[in-house]
Amino acid sequence: MTEPEEDYRNLTEDLNDAECVKFQASMPERIGAGEDLQDDPHMLTCERCRSLVRELEYIAEAARQLFPAEEEEPREELWTNIQLAIERGEA
Amino acid sequence: MGLSNSAGPPDIDLAKGTLQGKSPDESPHMTKADDGASKHSEQDERSSSLEEGAAQAQAPAAGGTPTKDGAAAPALSADAVILARAQAGDHAAFAQLYALHKRRVYSLCLRMLGNVAEAEDLTQESFLQLHRKIATFRGDSAFSTWLHRLTINVVLMHLRRKGLNLISLDEALDPSPDHGPARSFGAPDLRLSGSIDRMTLEKAVESLPAGYRLIFVLHDIEGYEHNEIATLLDCSIGNSKSQLHKARMKLREALRAPADEEVAK
Repeated sequence: MTEPEEDYRNLTEDLNDAECVKFQASMPERIGAGEDLQDDPHMLTCERCRSLVRELEYIAEAARQLFPAEEEEPREELWTNIQLAIERGEA
Repeated sequence: MGLSNSAGPPDIDLAKGTLQGKSPDESPHMTKADDGASKHSEQDERSSSLEEGAAQAQAPAAGGTPTKDGAAAPALSADAVILARAQAGDHAAFAQLYALHKRRVYSLCLRMLGNVAEAEDLTQESFLQLHRKIATFRGDSAFSTWLHRLTINVVLMHLRRKGLNLISLDEALDPSPDHGPARSFGAPDLRLSGSIDRMTLEKAVESLPAGYRLIFVLHDIEGYEHNEIATLLDCSIGNSKSQLHKARMKLREALRAPADEEVAK
């Protein structure tokens, strides 16, 4: 790659980065407000940010679906400890 | 699929403010409930008969109160009787309440803390607080919702005692600023690689810094809205949104690591 070509490539990447930085900086507030980011023009042109949004959506959805179904059982001894604490007047 | 909670209206009314001015906890931040459509309410449905009974237990005729048209109101459910008896100081009934709710309380503690020993300690502390305060429960909200909030407050107080600054979690937990936009180009898509199962996600959540884990658990797992979290943690709504985003980004990093290793092989 010639030097001008490399400069141009770097410049393009920098511009893309700037757009990505701007878009990603806006994500917490917009997502928190329930906005659908799929409609954002940047999403149409940037695979990187599209992938990011998709993965964050997937993580949130996985958490909703995977966690509530499973509940852990505490050790049997815990109730004994609670009873003892109640008898000692700690409750 | 979206990134914010989008559940419908809560099935069980969350505490309408305080319980006659008495919160189930020691923090003034727990007195609030709002229009948040929260999954934690849905999760409480399974013990709804107990909760409904809390109101019924206030009825003068426990065996069924005649209505104006002569029909008998339903008798107290067995769960409601347990609650009423526990409120009256019956230890056996309290033991039954423990059996009914121990998994929910322990799981909540475990997810918020990511540590078995601490989760056990705080489950114990939650039930001891329940024992102290159960008589103040008046059925204005679902009992399990009330207990859920009591548990969250016990955990939050514990974290505060440990010095976790819940207001400026960013600075406290992640002093290094982010550099540039997140890069994922060329790496496998998490969805496509099918890399998320419960165990994997659980481990990743456990690896989160305490403050991030707290927000993530409250919002994405327990279903609290940002305004509720802001009240619980005494921080701004914007802070809650920002923390949640960073928590998800951290999780993404953690979940990507195994996938990236696969690509490198």
